Amino acid sequence: MKLAYWMYAGPAHIGTLKIASSFKNVHAVMHAPLGDDYFNVMKSMLERGRDFTPVTTSVVDRHVLARGSQEKVISTIVRKDSEEHPDLILLTPTCTSCILQEDLQNFVFRASLEAKADIILADVHHYRVNELQASDKTLEQIIEFYITKAKKYQTLPQGKTSHPSVNIIGAVCLGFHTQYDILELKKICTDLGIDINLIVPDNAFVDQLKYLPKAWCNVVPYRETGLLAAEYLKKEFGMPYICTSPIGVVETAKFIRELQSILSAMGFNASFESYIHQQTKFISQSSWFSRSIDCQNLTGKKAVVFGDATHAAAITKILSREMGVHVSWAGTFCTYDASWFRGEIASACDTILITEDHSLVADLIAKTNPSAIFGTQMERHIGKKLNIPCAVISPPVHIQNFPLSYKPFIGYEGTNQIADLVYNLFTLGMEDHLLELFGGHDACTTVTNVVPADNQISWSKEALLELSKIPGFVRRNVQRNTEIFARKKSLSLITLELMYEAKEFAEN
Amino acid sequence: MNLPLELSAKKTLLNFDCETGNYHTFCPISCVAWLYQKIEDSFFLVIGTKTCGYFLQNAMGVMIFSEPRYAMAELEEGDILAKLNDYSELKRLCSKIKKDKNPSVIFWIGTCTTEIIKMDLEGIASKLEYELDIPIIVARANGLDYAFTQGEDTVLAAMAQKCPEINFKQDHLVLTLPPSLILFGSVSDSVAKQLTLELQHQGITVTGWLPSKRYSEMPAIGEGCFVCGVSAYLSRTATTLMRRKKAKLIGAPFPIGPDGTRAWIEKICAVFSIKPKNLEEREKKIWKSLENYLELLVDKSIFFMGDNLLELSLARFFIRCGMKVHEIGVPYIDKRYQSSELALLEKTCSDMGVDFPTIVEKPDNYKQLKRIRALQPDLVVTGMSMANPLEARGINTKWSVEFTFTHIHGFTNSRSVLELITKPIRRNLSMQQLAWNSYSLLI
Repeated sequence: MKLAYWMYAGPAHIGTLKIASSFKNVHAVMHAPLGDDYFNVMKSMLERGRDFTPVTTSVVDRHVLARGSQEKVISTIVRKDSEEHPDLILLTPTCTSCILQEDLQNFVFRASLEAKADIILADVHHYRVNELQASDKTLEQIIEFYITKAKKYQTLPQGKTSHPSVNIIGAVCLGFHTQYDILELKKICTDLGIDINLIVPDNAFVDQLKYLPKAWCNVVPYRETGLLAAEYLKKEFGMPYICTSPIGVVETAKFIRELQSILSAMGFNASFESYIHQQTKFISQSSWFSRSIDCQNLTGKKAVVFGDATHAAAITKILSREMGVHVSWAGTFCTYDASWFRGEIASACDTILITEDHSLVADLIAKTNPSAIFGTQMERHIGKKLNIPCAVISPPVHIQNFPLSYKPFIGYEGTNQIADLVYNLFTLGMEDHLLELFGGHDACTTVTNVVPADNQISWSKEALLELSKIPGFVRRNVQRNTEIFARKKSLSLITLELMYEAKEFAEN
Repeated sequence: MNLPLELSAKKTLLNFDCETGNYHTFCPISCVAWLYQKIEDSFFLVIGTKTCGYFLQNAMGVMIFSEPRYAMAELEEGDILAKLNDYSELKRLCSKIKKDKNPSVIFWIGTCTTEIIKMDLEGIASKLEYELDIPIIVARANGLDYAFTQGEDTVLAAMAQKCPEINFKQDHLVLTLPPSLILFGSVSDSVAKQLTLELQHQGITVTGWLPSKRYSEMPAIGEGCFVCGVSAYLSRTATTLMRRKKAKLIGAPFPIGPDGTRAWIEKICAVFSIKPKNLEEREKKIWKSLENYLELLVDKSIFFMGDNLLELSLARFFIRCGMKVHEIGVPYIDKRYQSSELALLEKTCSDMGVDFPTIVEKPDNYKQLKRIRALQPDLVVTGMSMANPLEARGINTKWSVEFTFTHIHGFTNSRSVLELITKPIRRNLSMQQLAWNSYSLLI
């Protein structure tokens, strides 16, 4: 048992559900107790989804516990098949099904006899993988299923597209700024004259998956989801892939050069150097910003970074290589990917931290006392407590990290976005220090006194206590309204009851 | 004394239906979010998996960051395979909690996993209580058996058994003490004070609340005590108080809305043979103060998808406000515990001359959506997983969980309930000149 107040990565089934609901016309059937369908709330709230989340629960209750699911899972699958006509139904195990050890594969087999949809049991184990690993695995599983199916029915398209093209693998819903990142990635490809063959799972139909091998190479923008699928396609079809995340000026250039060398090796005369040059010097404001005197002020400032492997590594490199910020330590909660992470940022920070324990991260932040934090929502709150500014650069995130406006992290527009984020953070930090140094904003005496000045009306002890519990920003209003109310009634003592009465008859 | 305490399911005109139970609701462990705040010296330990933790941390949003007095005892593979010893693991965690937070009581919230692996929480608790010298209360608030607010019911039922004993039947006590009345249900301190005051006006003293602000202030309950619930989802607590503590249950409608509050007070008065004073005027006055809201609600139709067991009381209040209720979805109905509320619902429908709504226990959300599509109600009370998609289809929604997290009890807070329910209507008033009302191709 582990005493846990908070976790960075969610349970495995969340990863599977993210993949399922990112495809079009794929339905997930969860084998879970009532209340485990919280994913639907997140999808609908965080992404402000307009459609019903295609996730249904085959409810595990007392009866199931006593007698097994029996026909329940099968009938739920068959029912969803006839109601929604999905192309694929993904049976999703949870922590509960993990210990019930029912033969879910057998349910899948039996349901396939009746349902029109394809049915797969997601191959994820609650106690062995987390949300991120599960999404990686499920995506691979679905792709493999449809490639195998196409091979079996000999419908697998042969050959490559005539013009160079790429697949983008790992565009998953509820990701961190993913929808904007993908747009930016598309823009880079368009600029370079490269076609996009398929973006998966991002609203793709599963029937399209057989076209994946037609692309010249695969692009995996985030290492958390998509690497397994890319590996599979490499093994199966010899497709090369790039898993450099084009975040930051240097890494974006590296990404484009990797693309160039892959395409060149395949016989396409690609020369992207002038594009990189043009974008870096004149389109991205970020490289000029690093040179400007604004950024000079950031030199040697102390920062710490924490997040998923992709974002924490990328931001660490940007801060140290592109902005001259001193990264005291950088860390990730992707413990399973620790060696990659270490290798990637060894020269970009003093120390590397690999942990899933947020209290350890909090302690280290307090000990380091950096000028700024780059982390997840958790680090933002740690920063609030310690009065250190924090920018959110990685999941897990809140609804404010699903902005309505265009905010990519990837590509050249992404570099601008990140530069703003960094710059604003430090400026604000500086402002704070100056304010403290000079004794705050213009000192105005805010009236926090709850004892009324009007001596015709007095407050009973109890009522006063109640008043003091009302949040500061409305307290004075409540006080005034109550006193007016008392005066109207020609009462001079405000009791608890009178307070409530005033509330009942308050005119809005 | 002539006590109308017999709770029996009477013949009713209401239509009851029961569907598949495939509906969205919160997991009952969510009760820790409001109970740890209510019981100030408590610590809640949820013994479950990452799934439970993920739900809590996402559903509770910012609360999780303010050093809450709750945590997960996250079960790992070793615990499931019984490679680790439950007793020593729990002892290790609880010693740490005791050292770090020093609570007066630790609540263990059992989950689906502890049920399935049959972890003997009660047995371990009674040992550890003694060894660590701290009370441990075990509540099985799991998704296998319960929905959302029923979590509070399991906790209060477990607490009830720990209340100090008292016996009012003993002669010397009967002579000196007035009958003791204990109210049960977790409401904020302000609401508790308001309801206590309402009864005080009638000359009735509330001797205690379950739960009280602090664990150390738990009321004494025993034979001869009267108890009365304030919410519809507390049937296990009621049963425990009657059977284990030998208390007498006052079965009243719930004090939600001016009508419900009045009926609740009247019922309690009747039990104590008191003739209520000024109650009718008080109710009238409250209704008068709500007129602006009523104008917006009259003749509007409403559909409850059902997820928190407050649906019956709210529907009854809204019918009294002049609304038409298509369907009352509800996770579970205890027809004995809720008999007075059901009777008041029936009476309200007759008084207002509206059709009896269908009450659907264990609803099926998919089928409900079909009915909503056909009925096109003016308002749907539903969970967040369906609210945005319905809004996108031009159907007004009110997020049901807000009723759980708002002060809704008593005369004083009737306004807050109407404030909530009229919000989508008022939003429409301000936006109706805009040309876009539907955001979906699929209607």
